[in-house]
Amino acid sequence: MGLFKMPSLGADMEAGTLVEWMIAPGDVVAKGDTVAVVETQKGAIEIETFEAGTVGKLLVEVGETVPVGTPLAEIGDVSAPEAAPAPAPESAVALEPTQEVTAAPEAPPPTPKPTAAPTPASAGRHRASPAARKLAAETGVDLSGIKGTGPGGAVTSCDLEGAPKATPREAARASGIDFTEMRKAIGRAMARSKREIPHYYLKHQIDLQAASAWLEDYNGSQEPAGRLLMGALLVKAVALALKNFPDMNGFYEDDAFTPSVAIHCGVAVAVRGGGLIAPAVHDTDSLSLSDLMAAMRDLVARVRAGGLKGSELADPTITITSLGDRGVDEVYGVIHPPQVAIVGFGTVEERPLVVDGSLVAAPTVISTLAADHRVGDGRRGALFLRDIETLLQKPEAL
Amino acid sequence: MTEEVTYREAVGRTIRDAMKADDRVFIMGEDVARYGGTYAVTKGLAEEFGEDRVRDTPLSESAFTGAGIGAAIGGMRPIVEIMTVNFSLLALDQILNTAATFRHMSGGQVGVPLVIRIATGAGRQLAAQHSHSLENWYAHIPGLRVLAPATVQDAYAMLAPALQDPDPVIIFEHVMLYGRTEPLDTSSVADLRSAAVRRAGTDISLITYGGSLPKTLEAAEVLTEEGIGAEVLDLRVLRPLDNAAILETVSKTRRAVVVDEGWLTGSLAAEISARIMEGAFWELDAPVGRVCSAEIPIPYPKHLEDAALPQVDRIVAAAMAAMGR
Amino acid sequence: MNKYAPGDVRPHLTRDHCLHLMKQMTRIRRFEEKCAELYTQEKIRGFLHLYIGEEAVATGVTEALGPEDAVVATYREHGHALVRGVPADRIMAEMFGRIDGVCRGRGGSMHLFDVGRRFYGGNAIVGGGLPLAVGLALADKMQGRDRVTVCFFGEGAVAEGEFHESLNLAALWKLPVLFVCENNGYAMGTALDRSESETDIHAKAASYRLPAEVVDGMNVVEVEAAARRATGAIRAAEGPYFLECRTYRFRAHSMFDPQLYRSKDEVAAWEKKGPVVRFRDWMVAAGMAHEADLARIEEEVAAEVTAAVAFAEASEWESVNTMLEEVGALG
Repeated sequence: MGLFKMPSLGADMEAGTLVEWMIAPGDVVAKGDTVAVVETQKGAIEIETFEAGTVGKLLVEVGETVPVGTPLAEIGDVSAPEAAPAPAPESAVALEPTQEVTAAPEAPPPTPKPTAAPTPASAGRHRASPAARKLAAETGVDLSGIKGTGPGGAVTSCDLEGAPKATPREAARASGIDFTEMRKAIGRAMARSKREIPHYYLKHQIDLQAASAWLEDYNGSQEPAGRLLMGALLVKAVALALKNFPDMNGFYEDDAFTPSVAIHCGVAVAVRGGGLIAPAVHDTDSLSLSDLMAAMRDLVARVRAGGLKGSELADPTITITSLGDRGVDEVYGVIHPPQVAIVGFGTVEERPLVVDGSLVAAPTVISTLAADHRVGDGRRGALFLRDIETLLQKPEAL
Repeated sequence: MTEEVTYREAVGRTIRDAMKADDRVFIMGEDVARYGGTYAVTKGLAEEFGEDRVRDTPLSESAFTGAGIGAAIGGMRPIVEIMTVNFSLLALDQILNTAATFRHMSGGQVGVPLVIRIATGAGRQLAAQHSHSLENWYAHIPGLRVLAPATVQDAYAMLAPALQDPDPVIIFEHVMLYGRTEPLDTSSVADLRSAAVRRAGTDISLITYGGSLPKTLEAAEVLTEEGIGAEVLDLRVLRPLDNAAILETVSKTRRAVVVDEGWLTGSLAAEISARIMEGAFWELDAPVGRVCSAEIPIPYPKHLEDAALPQVDRIVAAAMAAMGR
Repeated sequence: MNKYAPGDVRPHLTRDHCLHLMKQMTRIRRFEEKCAELYTQEKIRGFLHLYIGEEAVATGVTEALGPEDAVVATYREHGHALVRGVPADRIMAEMFGRIDGVCRGRGGSMHLFDVGRRFYGGNAIVGGGLPLAVGLALADKMQGRDRVTVCFFGEGAVAEGEFHESLNLAALWKLPVLFVCENNGYAMGTALDRSESETDIHAKAASYRLPAEVVDGMNVVEVEAAARRATGAIRAAEGPYFLECRTYRFRAHSMFDPQLYRSKDEVAAWEKKGPVVRFRDWMVAAGMAHEADLARIEEEVAAEVTAAVAFAEASEWESVNTMLEEVGALG
């Protein structure tokens, strides 16, 4: 019994949906008769048989979508309707060429590519990549003494490390941000900050009972991926407080302070291999807690992988530093110029609190502020920290 | 024997010499006969050879280019003149889908021994629609040979081998070159595959073609005052590019600037820069610079047109930058 | 094949000649039907444009040509190639993409070339062949050769600028081109009256000052007669000639076309007056042919088609290693 298969009707047809059978088992069909209607991207197309015969079994149901080549019906010899199904006419020749083309045992002759054959001018010349040359210049290494592992013995950056195993410095380089350079830059900024910015410092302990309870409740209804950390609440509280304290959110340059309209909190992230980097979460005040949590997670991941954008490093209008679980009670930061403030959060701990005359053990955090005395004084700073505290008493509003 | 002639005279003369040497050669295009050629290249040819062999065509770029293709297949050796590259766009289908494609698509049966001459370039305040440099579009197409004679000598000598080519050849003549006077030796033979070092140097390679050659040579002179010895490479053949020559000069000098009157993005200069990166990366002391046209339709007023096109000062600046100065 | 000299302007309706015409049309018909079948089996890929219903035009016109004349056609050109004498097995192998195809398999259905038989494609650009035909004719005229270039194109090409440019140029320079417009009423899915303000195509051609006729494209005898008149005039150095052959394609524009733009009734009406069935009925009624003759023709054609398919199936594929060859003669 011959098989009638889903025909290919076009270069981009991969499958068709059987919409209607025009034949039934037992029908006798002639060459050219329409046997079915098939729905394709272009519309319904009638398909014909190229063989005459008697229709045997219909193999596909109305409504089914099947790939081109799928047997749809048995259409056999008029004389032998019960003959055993003929083997599907698989053409070995048709299969081979596909394999031959994809296997491609010999690569086709390459288009005349400019091969890097050593020309007379460059024979004997020491080859080093631009990156290697730059690094050598920075670190004072003599390139001609380095054995290269690049193409044709060329010296590339990794050849300048010396040791075959990755050193921390090399790991830092591997992440895409030049951390040694970054450390130097941070160092320079910190020195300048201490030199030029008259810091004043305040600290304030914040009761986190409400925040903690709310967080536990919220997280209880979340998948792990959607759970919040206390850090997100702390950052959000700072961002919202800044709306009332624009004198903490901006830049001091050329003897003048310019408040920033937008609030981009720089969130300090520890870098493997040492160092701290504080990329911006843009428009922190406008993010929901879950969005903020996601943004903070994303920043950490990208700091690790080395995928930060320049704008993220340049844009913070204030910095928040938090020591997390394994920190200490209080952290006093150094302001990152040209910012004018840095908020710190120590470790969240159970501490004795007096509530309504009684002693309770409650989760608390010690918040600190280091601020630029040229822009404001301690009274402003104190009100700012108080505002953060107030916001954290209503976590549901964050 | 060498004499001083203008570029346009050289082109006119080489067409004439080709038509005298081979009856199959004829030229057709707009205003080539009675007008004497829009750039006066074919002046006098109709009178000498008759209007059967020097044929004025209607303004039908697609049809007369296609007719040139058919005539070439039919055994003639036509020279189709498309007045400028600006109008060649109307013939682009015939050039790409027929002339460039037929040999490969027919399994090698049909060759198209056609020469198409096209004027190109800007500099005469002819504004946006008459100022294109689209040589790179044609240099992009497999099946075509693309030439850019930049000297009077090449303007004369490249036609004869082009007419011998069994496949289509496009010759670009920059409009600002037509009036230049240079020595011509009609007995000298040219090839259609090599770039030419027009000026030797050791500090930087200035790579260019066509109408930008004079400016590039001038820039090289200015650079000597800065103590920089520039080597100037005239590509001559835009497809297929002479890779070996490009890599050789850059390997020698370790720095390169490509001067190309096309727009920067997707320019021929970009292709050359990629080839230098692929083939001479380890020889470079500086990134390859490009001096191209500004990414705007070429404006009409002189000062804006000048600012948009590559000029000597921009070439010099690019070279200085490559030298780290 | 054809025992009448190309210059002979009168069709001779002898029994032999009629059977010959019938066989030519039948060869096209059965070849195209087989291609459709093979396409559904993915042996032929890409685009497939079938000539079924239009056989009389290629057949009739080609009768007026000699081996020195040239043919330029479109992507619907399998029939034109067949009647021109391009072997069916080489055409089928080309459709399969195999190396024994007329173009080493590189062109496929839309790009059949056979330079030895002066068959210059096969063109997927509507209107793209007209300037080429003008040029081939130009070369003949300039070299003093007495040859005709036939250019087949559909009525869709009339909208392209190349149509107007080419007719103008051919008429202006009095070139020996026979323009044959196969007006089947539809440019893919667009009916003629939806794309042309003036649907009388031969009138448009006449406006370029070349003689132009309308021909019943379903009548192979009428087509041959018109073609002989036209080529006679052209060979008498009178310049180009234009034939608008009104015909109809029974199948879709290409395989993947649900034909939403025309009704089944319209197709059925045209099928009743199709070229093959009309000619057969006429021959039988006129006693020119008997059922046995027609059966013999079908048998011979079936054998030819079967052999062509076998040849194609057995043919190899071009190696990727030679893919870069023949872009230009020198590389």
